[in-house]
Amino acid sequence: MTDPQPQGGRTIAPMDPMFDPASDVAPNAPQRALALHRQLDRTWSDEPGWRGFFTSVNHGTIGLRFMATSFVFFAIGGVLAMLIRAQLATRDGAFLDVELYNQIFTMHGSIMMFLFAIPMLEGLALWLLPKILGARDMAFPRLSALGYWCYLFGGTVIVLSLVAGVAPDGGWFMYVPLADSTHTPGINADVWLLGVTFVEISAMAAAVEITVTILRCRAAHMPLTRMPLMGWYLLGTAVMMLVGFPPLILGSILLEVQRAFDWPFFDIARGGDPLLWQHLFWLFGHPEVYIIFLPAAGALSTIIPIMSRTTILGYGAIVAAIAGLVFLSFGLWVHHMFTVGIPHMALAFFSAASALVAVPTAIQVFAWIGTLWDGKVSFRLPMLYVMGFFITFVLGGLTGVMLAMVPFNWQAHDTAFVTAHLHYVLVGGFVFPMLAAVSYWMPLICGRWRVRGLGESAFWLILIGFHGTFFLMHLTGLLGMPRRVAVYPNNPEWEWLNLISSIFGMIMSAGFALFAFDVVMQWLFGRRSWRNPWGAPTLDWAMPVPAPSYNFASLPGPRQPDSSALLPLARGEGLLPGAPRDLRETLALDAGSGRPDHVAVLAKSTMLPLFTSAAIGSFFGAVLAGIYWLAPVGIVLTLIAGWKWGDIMGSTTDHPDVRVAPGLTLPLHWQTRNTLARTGTVALLLADGTLYASLLFGVGFLSVVAPAWPAPASGLSTLPMAVTAALALAAMAVGLIAAHRAEALRDRAAGTTWAGIGLAACLVALVALAGLALGLDDPRRHARDALRAVILGFAVFHGVVTAMLALRSLADARGGRTSWARRGAAPIWQLFQSFWLGTSAVSLTLVAAQEVLS
Amino acid sequence: MVPLLAACGGGHSTLSPAGPAARDIALLWWIMLAGSALICVLVFGLLVLAVRNNGARRSERTWIWGWGLGFSMSVLVVLLGFSLWLGEGMLARADDVPRVQAHAAQWEWRFDQPGPDGAIVQTRDTLYVPAGQDFDVVITAQDVIHSFWVPQLGGKMDAIPGHQNIHRLRADQPGTYEGLCAEFCGTGHSFMRFTVVAYDPNGPMPDMSGALIPETRP
Repeated sequence: MTDPQPQGGRTIAPMDPMFDPASDVAPNAPQRALALHRQLDRTWSDEPGWRGFFTSVNHGTIGLRFMATSFVFFAIGGVLAMLIRAQLATRDGAFLDVELYNQIFTMHGSIMMFLFAIPMLEGLALWLLPKILGARDMAFPRLSALGYWCYLFGGTVIVLSLVAGVAPDGGWFMYVPLADSTHTPGINADVWLLGVTFVEISAMAAAVEITVTILRCRAAHMPLTRMPLMGWYLLGTAVMMLVGFPPLILGSILLEVQRAFDWPFFDIARGGDPLLWQHLFWLFGHPEVYIIFLPAAGALSTIIPIMSRTTILGYGAIVAAIAGLVFLSFGLWVHHMFTVGIPHMALAFFSAASALVAVPTAIQVFAWIGTLWDGKVSFRLPMLYVMGFFITFVLGGLTGVMLAMVPFNWQAHDTAFVTAHLHYVLVGGFVFPMLAAVSYWMPLICGRWRVRGLGESAFWLILIGFHGTFFLMHLTGLLGMPRRVAVYPNNPEWEWLNLISSIFGMIMSAGFALFAFDVVMQWLFGRRSWRNPWGAPTLDWAMPVPAPSYNFASLPGPRQPDSSALLPLARGEGLLPGAPRDLRETLALDAGSGRPDHVAVLAKSTMLPLFTSAAIGSFFGAVLAGIYWLAPVGIVLTLIAGWKWGDIMGSTTDHPDVRVAPGLTLPLHWQTRNTLARTGTVALLLADGTLYASLLFGVGFLSVVAPAWPAPASGLSTLPMAVTAALALAAMAVGLIAAHRAEALRDRAAGTTWAGIGLAACLVALVALAGLALGLDDPRRHARDALRAVILGFAVFHGVVTAMLALRSLADARGGRTSWARRGAAPIWQLFQSFWLGTSAVSLTLVAAQEVLS
Repeated sequence: MVPLLAACGGGHSTLSPAGPAARDIALLWWIMLAGSALICVLVFGLLVLAVRNNGARRSERTWIWGWGLGFSMSVLVVLLGFSLWLGEGMLARADDVPRVQAHAAQWEWRFDQPGPDGAIVQTRDTLYVPAGQDFDVVITAQDVIHSFWVPQLGGKMDAIPGHQNIHRLRADQPGTYEGLCAEFCGTGHSFMRFTVVAYDPNGPMPDMSGALIPETRP
């Protein structure tokens, strides 16, 4: 069961064709591979030395950094887990005091979820996607870097709070009222709310990027319907992140505002309800499980066929299963709330949905087993971890179905049974596949082959340690041990079970340590690996090892359909060879068919992401420290940094179309309308719209469920308020017209005038919104008034962003950065202006309806 | 098997039920455990065969539609129907079952129940109920979310500020049953225990004096 390095002349595993058979792109003339490499590496590699550390935007660097950092946080979370196990090993556990214990289990869960699992999958996606889809980088390299810095800063603050003894201590789902300012007066809960929200910027950035990269940056003529399954899995993941994270972000903002300014969203006495928090949290929290599972399943669907020398069974069924999972996962959050007193009919619905979600999972598991059945399985290290996945995840899935059954859930909820179940699902469904993925892609990461024997030992330690820790924990829960207790002096019957769990927990930790040691040894001392050591057909192996900074010297197309095209690609026979213009160029496609659309010019190394995340961080830091007067400075700094993002892109001259292949010339991206940035804006607004919808859900939920309603009489029904609101909407509508005229007349002076009119209209609307703010009732009085203030704040926030885009368009027009071919920021401005107008109109209708009906 | 069954004991064990709700759920658990064991044997058996089989003919029909969809759906539909039917039988209904109140606060339980002379008395951390008949617990909370759970009698129900939940239970035999707070509620969570004393309704009332709170809640 060792991994002898394969020798030359190995065969490449078969694969379903990834390219449209009707398409063709003529090959470019071959060049000298070394000269091409030097040219591309000069353009694409990071700056040397410490500057490169701060300025890199390359997906290879950022992706690896994400993964390495997440492993560090995994180690920290693992140490906390060991402390928990040490405390629970005996019933009187005198190892930690209760306050510290509460911080430690809260931090263990929060770190593993937000600082390990999500960033790990982001890192894998950033690093892998361009390679496996046949592109040179992600769609928005600076966004990758911004996400990384936000993650690093936010995660560091969260971990430092533990060192300072003020870590969050309310459990990783931060239920109110326990997490409100009455019951958690210290900074502990603020660290969680602000720190996690800051880190989630990286999740939103990654979600937008992954979506656009999959839709628009694949190899030429690779239709969506034939792309590698990893693309489908990560597309599902990214869409779930776009829709799943906003409820959590909204909930965190609301709770932080309640803690800071006493706006009563969750205060029962003033029209709030603690159950609103649970709904918002689990609206995120359950999809989160599938957000974590899907990329791992993607790795399995990639590795299993290659390791068994066959093609995946049931491509179409698996895509349908992914779509089913994405859809169903948003319909079962209430199964975390079966004991809060919801009517049994509603429980039946969510119970059925929770059970049903096992079906697409079962389809995938059987598709994988069917694939193994068909193929000739070679038991190399990644395959061992795949087997670890099967053994663990199937058990976790079965206990998941048990927990979906309402009566059983009433008993097992909040006991060690659930702790055991969630570890089976997350370690089985995420950690084992990720360990398989790391050991599978390590040769491409570091160009080396691993040291024999260590990896297998680590695998067995982890597998035995894991099941020893968690298998009997199901019984511990059934014997009545609740979650989150520090001691259990009167329950000697739980002690032997806990002691066994603790002992095996230490074995599992040793396994993970050995795994990390193995990776380091491979990186430092492994023998040089052959190219494509697994004989994989996918494009991620159609490059030298370790992967070069630019991935492909020329981009794959229908004539370079798999990894066997490694040499032709390196010689520049594919599309868009080299970097003759010293620009970071990659192909952008039509989303569905994969027809080449234009050449996207990506950003080069820059400090801007670092500065931007520091600016955003200064805002979060000021709020965390309670220095609210300083927070606007952070906002201004963020706006300045955001302005710079547009400033260094674009062009003041028209560029001739670029020759991509014989007979195929394409424009550079600033000379097209349907840019990657536009697709990215649509994705961002999908998330933004979900945030707004969650806010409306909050209004509806509180009006119907919370006890202290109807709200006291409001002072809003006055003529001046109605007139001001109408003025704001009218100004937004004028802005929308101006944004379209500014684009239509972009090559004339009138275009500049329209941009100016649009900016003025945005400012008028903002002033009118400020006028409305003066007329609001005191938000501290009742949740209705607080929600109205938030809805207005939402409109103001989007007004500021829209005004910035109008200003950008005006500056583009005045600075000669627009022409008939170059449209500048106007198409993006239109999208934001429409969103601003649409949401504001809905908000106004809502408030008017509240006023009329009250 | 004997040591395993012996291990199911203890005052908080859901596997040694002492009332109809807990007994139904324990039955559901044993059925699901047996079913899961069978499914594990099946799946892991297929996995072993799949690994040992080299290049057998494959069929999407068998694997995806047969096992993935058909098999999993059939099992789930039957299980779901059975457990919804079980759950329906555990709900509190609008009938004249005796009611007791459970009010949770950091970190104690206060109970209102009929005392020796029939008048309502308030006790701390001990609830007195008649054995052999249904009773409803009206569950409320003072400050943060807690959860009322007597594992040997039935499932748990949350105590949420501003909300009132009703939970139906029954103890078959007179005796004492251990209860605890199941929802994390702060530093006293580990110690927020209580006891349910089920007395023979035809015999003498138990001595409540040790648990009585002198002044009743306003």
